[in-house]
Amino acid sequence: MREIPAAAVTAAVERLCIKTNTELPPDVRAALAAARAAEPWPLAQQTLGLLEENLRAADENALPICQDTGMACVFVELGQDAHITGGGLAAAVDEGVRRGYEKAYLRKSVTADPLQRRNTGDNTPAFLTVHLVPGSGCRITVAPKGAGSENMSRLAMLKPADGVQGVKDFVLETARLAGPNPCPPIVLGIGIGGSFDHCAALAKKALLRPLDVPNADPYYAALEKELLGAVNALGIGPQGFGGKTTCLGVAIEQKPTHVACLPVAVNISCHVTRRAAAEL
Amino acid sequence: MQYTLQTPLSREMLAPLRAGDTVLLSGTVYTARDAAHARMAALLDGGGALPFPLKGAALYYVGPTPERPGRPIGAAGPTTAGRMDAYTPRLLDLGLACMIGKGRRSTAVKQSVCKNGAVYLGAIGGAGALLAACIKSCEVIAWPDLGCEAVRRLTVEAMPLTVLLDAHGGDLYESGPAAWLAAQAQ
Repeated sequence: MREIPAAAVTAAVERLCIKTNTELPPDVRAALAAARAAEPWPLAQQTLGLLEENLRAADENALPICQDTGMACVFVELGQDAHITGGGLAAAVDEGVRRGYEKAYLRKSVTADPLQRRNTGDNTPAFLTVHLVPGSGCRITVAPKGAGSENMSRLAMLKPADGVQGVKDFVLETARLAGPNPCPPIVLGIGIGGSFDHCAALAKKALLRPLDVPNADPYYAALEKELLGAVNALGIGPQGFGGKTTCLGVAIEQKPTHVACLPVAVNISCHVTRRAAAEL
Repeated sequence: MQYTLQTPLSREMLAPLRAGDTVLLSGTVYTARDAAHARMAALLDGGGALPFPLKGAALYYVGPTPERPGRPIGAAGPTTAGRMDAYTPRLLDLGLACMIGKGRRSTAVKQSVCKNGAVYLGAIGGAGALLAACIKSCEVIAWPDLGCEAVRRLTVEAMPLTVLLDAHGGDLYESGPAAWLAAQAQ
């Protein structure tokens, strides 16, 4: 049994919270640059230029890219032949979030209670998902999630008879309803199948996949490509001001479901789609 | 068209603005978002005075990141304005002249913007680092217990903004995409 000190988990989470909030993943940067190069509408091209300028300003002035430094969504893939020593896993992750958000002057955006709305003051708790996997590794992914796009996300329990057309219609309706609110150009994480709760988790998981990596199943890879084209044809454009660039990427995750079910969830992310991982 | 505006703002100064125009705004801007709006509404319900003068004021929907030592503010981009819609017409009736945020507003807000000769300006969502550069000073003036949601008085210089809703019923979120799609159809 491999032993992993809780302190190592804390250190990794702290580092990843800071890195994600100040530095976009290379695939998102590349997608923004490609979108700007391909954007023919002057206002849209200018707006995309400002987004790239913002990335430079964040880098030069040691500032977060966006003031909504998000809920700290943390995913741990823990090998079943490893165990955490010297403290609990959840507490170690929370401590990493607490330290990272304090050290890098990140915003504390978490309320202790959804209705009584008291800010916890240190951005904890993290929104932690743990998966047990074969082996003795420990892979930690941090993906801070802003609320502007989170609030425009939706889930539907479709009928099996609605089929793939029902899924496409729901995704497009979601993007249309979201319009300018989620800070386009957006990224769409789509979950199809599973149960009500698993479907939502799939949509979140889909946002972790790099934009240049399609679904491994050619059927779903083709659907991703088709939906990307259809969302961009809505004309919402960067910031909702109109233009060719509405969406930078669509990722679908699918899983088995009940004979009577066709759940679909769309988790929207913004042009500041942040994620980074570390292996312990 | 590009306009240069200095606070406090009057109805006359805002009248020429049309959806899609750009504005460089300088002067005093107050901040308030969800929790501060709820408290302002409670104050008004109780007959109290707001922590800043509304007449001719510009209000920025923002919750900045904490400032590093020696800096006036952290990243400071706009938050989704629609969450403040329920409170907005009342503030416009009391003299609020300009709102800065991002995202769609309700029909009630659009009507109130027209009725009061006000304006809703868009800052680039997610461009927190870029917008911080035009904020020269920042002071918490009410409800420090709200943390990032406390009311702040900002001094801004040439803050780059786009007219989203004008006083004549113009809405860039409708006209912008429509213009692009029409150009495509030709």
